[in-house]
Amino acid sequence: MSLNCKDLLGLEHLDKKDLQTILDSVKPFKDLFTRSVKKAPTLIGKTVVTLFYEPSTRTRNSFEIAAKRLSADVVNVTVGTSSVVKGESLIDTGKTLEAMKADYIIIRHSLAGSPDILARNLNASIINAGDGFHEHPTQGLLDLYTMYEKKKRFEGLKVLLVGDIIHSRVAKSNIWALTKMGAEVAVSGPPTLIPEDIKDLGVKVYYDLDEAVKNADVVNILRIQLERQQENLFPSVHEYVELYQLTKERLGLAKPGVLIMHPGPMNRSIEISSDVADSKNAVINEQVTNGIAVRMAVLYLLKKRKNASSN
Amino acid sequence: MAEIIVDSKAFQGAVKSISKKIFNDNHNISDFAVIGIQRKGVFLAKRIISEIANLAGVKESKILFGTLDITLHRDDLDNFESDMPIIKDTDIPFDLSRKNIILIDDVLYTGRTVRAALDVLTDFGRPKSIRLAVLVDRGFRELPIEAKYVGVKYESKKFIKVDCKEADGEDKVFIS
Repeated sequence: MSLNCKDLLGLEHLDKKDLQTILDSVKPFKDLFTRSVKKAPTLIGKTVVTLFYEPSTRTRNSFEIAAKRLSADVVNVTVGTSSVVKGESLIDTGKTLEAMKADYIIIRHSLAGSPDILARNLNASIINAGDGFHEHPTQGLLDLYTMYEKKKRFEGLKVLLVGDIIHSRVAKSNIWALTKMGAEVAVSGPPTLIPEDIKDLGVKVYYDLDEAVKNADVVNILRIQLERQQENLFPSVHEYVELYQLTKERLGLAKPGVLIMHPGPMNRSIEISSDVADSKNAVINEQVTNGIAVRMAVLYLLKKRKNASSN
Repeated sequence: MAEIIVDSKAFQGAVKSISKKIFNDNHNISDFAVIGIQRKGVFLAKRIISEIANLAGVKESKILFGTLDITLHRDDLDNFESDMPIIKDTDIPFDLSRKNIILIDDVLYTGRTVRAALDVLTDFGRPKSIRLAVLVDRGFRELPIEAKYVGVKYESKKFIKVDCKEADGEDKVFIS
């Protein structure tokens, strides 16, 4: 059981078997959380560096907890106070971290492809924690794991992604992985926030959210970045709320057992109403718990083997 | 050709005799628990529980049972050449504090699996005691670990495999 790669850069290039391997590996790590000792010595002596060029608390903390529960040492590089502000290049920063014997580098960067550049230049395992509008593979995996845990299947599972699809790396990772696993993916949002060629990925587009929620087994609501409004991609927050907020009334149109997901951080009363976020259909906090277990599974599966050390 | 060390009859006899010895040392079944090491140790643990339940005249469900996977506690993960091992369930659905634990595995060799299993157990609590029962002791220990209950002693550096009815359709121990 392994991934035949040293890095996790995205879900686009993993096949169904790889995705299944990761999802099947998560439960033993989640089981650890219920013990009095939530830790295992699996990565003892390994060094995990988080290198975040964009603000994040949730993802970075989740990786840090995951690595610590596997007994790795964690170093958080805060870009605002590091050599990056003195003009060091990405590759040089990576090489410096490798010279400090980093075994894993977890990177978030506003430019798509940055993790890939590091992966090609370093021996350390690179994990993409979000790159531009490209991918956020561990978020995609934790979303899939949460869906699978609750719905026990992907084949024919109807998943609806709502909101800003065009700028969302979470949406991209969800779409790549879900379609490969046999789920039926649909998106809904303002036409300006949905890429024209999204249909080529086998995704259905609904501009009417009321219509879209009717069939869904899972609704994954994306965060609206309020700065997009200044770019005139939607006329006003008020109008977005009217047309695309998931409200109690809209939830009423959906199947009774529909799962409500959100990658966080939530803008309550914008993309999701508070009563929906706190409803029994919402699994938003479980996503957070599952995120740690999924990231532990990824760290475990990417662990260097002897014959892979020259990679 | 596989060389059979223990045939089906001797296999079942060994399970019976281990069970009997465990029962003789632990008449109070309420304060002991049987935990099988994944994967073959789990099948053996279930059989031993069924034998002990018979001897004690109680239902099998009265005897505490758990499973344990050592993967995350192995000391050789850095030396793995191929795939990372699949992690199986560790399920200990009771408080093992103040319990006498009988740990079950199929083969005892270097002792490293048992070392890892002891670490897993202590992560769950502080048992009153832990004793080890194995179907085959193949010698050549690398750690100061011994089994209290042994079905068959067979010193060998060759890889010894245990087949169980539950997984392989037949009970036997052989050199493959």
